[in-house]
Amino acid sequence: MKAKSRWVAGVVGMAMALSWAAGVFAPARAQAGTEPYKVGAVFAITGTASFLGEPEKKTAEMIAEEINAQGGINGHPLQLIIYDDESDATKSTLAVKKLIKTDQVPVIIGPTQSDASLAVAPIAEEAQVPLISCAASYKIVEPVSERRWVFKVAGSDKHVVGKMYDYMKAKGITKIGIMTASTGFGASGREELLRLAPEYGITVLADERYGPKDTDLTAQLTKMREAKVEAIVNWSVGPTQVLAVKAWRDLKMDNIPLYQSHGFGSRKNIELAGGAAEGVLLPLARVNVGPLLPDTQPQKKVIMAYTQAYEKKYNEPVSSFGGHAWDSLHLAVAALKAVGPDPAKIRDFLENTKGFVGQHGIFNFSPQDHNGLSKDDLEMVVVKNGDWALAPW
Amino acid sequence: MSSREKTAFVGLTVFLAVFPWVSALSRSFSHYVDVMIFAGIFSLVTIGLSLLMGFAGQISLAQAAFFGIGAYGSGILTGHFHWNPWAAMLAGVCVAAAVAWVVGVPALRLKGHYLAMATLGFGVIVHIVMNEEVDWTGGPSGLGGIPGIRLAGRKISGDAAWFYLVWAFVLAAFLFSRHVLHSRVGRALRAIHDDEKAAEAMGVPVSSLKVQVFVYSAVLAAVAGSLYAHYVSFLSPGSFDLMWSIRFVLMVVFGGMQSLWGALVGTVLLTFVGNEWLQVFADFEILVYGGILLVMALFVPQGLVVWMDAFFRRRSRLQPTPSDGGS
Repeated sequence: MKAKSRWVAGVVGMAMALSWAAGVFAPARAQAGTEPYKVGAVFAITGTASFLGEPEKKTAEMIAEEINAQGGINGHPLQLIIYDDESDATKSTLAVKKLIKTDQVPVIIGPTQSDASLAVAPIAEEAQVPLISCAASYKIVEPVSERRWVFKVAGSDKHVVGKMYDYMKAKGITKIGIMTASTGFGASGREELLRLAPEYGITVLADERYGPKDTDLTAQLTKMREAKVEAIVNWSVGPTQVLAVKAWRDLKMDNIPLYQSHGFGSRKNIELAGGAAEGVLLPLARVNVGPLLPDTQPQKKVIMAYTQAYEKKYNEPVSSFGGHAWDSLHLAVAALKAVGPDPAKIRDFLENTKGFVGQHGIFNFSPQDHNGLSKDDLEMVVVKNGDWALAPW
Repeated sequence: MSSREKTAFVGLTVFLAVFPWVSALSRSFSHYVDVMIFAGIFSLVTIGLSLLMGFAGQISLAQAAFFGIGAYGSGILTGHFHWNPWAAMLAGVCVAAAVAWVVGVPALRLKGHYLAMATLGFGVIVHIVMNEEVDWTGGPSGLGGIPGIRLAGRKISGDAAWFYLVWAFVLAAFLFSRHVLHSRVGRALRAIHDDEKAAEAMGVPVSSLKVQVFVYSAVLAAVAGSLYAHYVSFLSPGSFDLMWSIRFVLMVVFGGMQSLWGALVGTVLLTFVGNEWLQVFADFEILVYGGILLVMALFVPQGLVVWMDAFFRRRSRLQPTPSDGGS
């Protein structure tokens, strides 16, 4: 009996010692002078979505350094607390709870992914802490009555589809075929493509789905040709979007224009397609095509500043995802600057922010719209000579 | 229950009773109660798995799938069909039990690696169904809008309430499993673990017992899944993939397969390690996990709890007594 209780005491003691150590050795918070302003962040820095979370983390760290080098926010240093959710919704939940309870941050940016953002949205609502998600799903901010405290800075699929259909309309295309991957990304794109088509007078003649790991898309494309479509839309991320381009070229279907989703928006995809991608069209956020923008474009200045700073510091090209971190952190900082570290005031400030010039567009939030972007914040881009070019309207 | 174990159990109950209050005292630990809620949910899964692995000697890489069946069962029935959460939990558990029985009858004829492969395959199939049946499960974008749970007319809200609810389930499952182990069935299970042929020769109904334990472990996993669904109120397939099945096995192995205490200690420690203390390793977390498994298998094959038990017994110069199933 004694032995057992002794080791139980041992285990409990050890656990307590460990938790004590974890608390004590946490980064020192108190700094001399003014109280730092905290911003919490949850990004998928590792795991399956690390290609999204990594640039977000780097961007956020770079901005925090810049702001602190310039003397902080109204004299308060910016303290950025970043947690990695390892691309796992359960871990995201825990990270957000920790930010709210232990770190007591007045505003949170992230998570990176839609499923994690949907999982944490009710937590932010309940704790009444504003959360600015970096993920795309429209469900993150709708219905707005249940998402008073949740915002997002990534455009919705309806904007991408709207831009694409606008362009098709301008080119006189009315009959299209769509092919989508059976992933969250593909499913959401398919939903919007089908939903918005009638609004733009477009008929979807072929609707093909494929697995994210499929290695041959010839069958899907052949069906498009048989259906006599005037344009093809492919909506996927990863190897299949390059595969679609190659199959399209191999089948000599380049007389039928191929549209891709914004997921194609990385130069790596052009390289991987090896010349086959010439002429592929896609709507893209301006952050990806900074140098192509005319100087009169209001976003040009912030995009070029970010692009140059990021490429100089990390020696890699900027991405859409880093742009989301830029937008969310700068919005949080603008709010802190205006109203201080009060969650309720930050929420109200964000909801009434208009004309905020960011990487992904000019944000106009309202009580009905916690995203603030529209299809006009995208550019139609075409692959030309192995690089992006603005598509001629 | 031996008096040693009684002390430990009372100690555990007291520890759990005060935990939410103690952790709330200090800001640095105030979120530990959230970690403990997840640890409790996972403990339900690992208690069942411990019975299956440590006592019946069958490995399962499908526990995350049963966890998911319980979770999606609750999520779909309450979200789409507005069932009472408790009725939905029961329905999810019944489905998991039925599925486990159907899978278990042929699969448990297999041994060792082949059984692991069969359960792994089943887990992958369930994961694919969660991803592809978009109309029901919401597919990869997840299933939201799952209502909370009510008990005796009051909504369970707040972390302390969830903590007590989850851990009440864990203690009940623990006591029940312990009771099973100390009954005729428990002795038969240990006989199967030691030598199936000999057990069969002694008149132990080997295959039907194995299937029963498999079903029992699936039932516990489904209850855990249902609690997870109502607590998080959002489900996505990523929370129920193979990686989670492996984590559950690792939790059991870490604490000690031959002991229900091992499942509890292993689960709580690894949940904290994964969410709090290994964050610094980031990408290498999986390597560290692998390292832990390797070290445990090589040097502490009996698991942490059994090893520490023996260690403290030696220290107090007591004659080691044969370990009984519950210690």
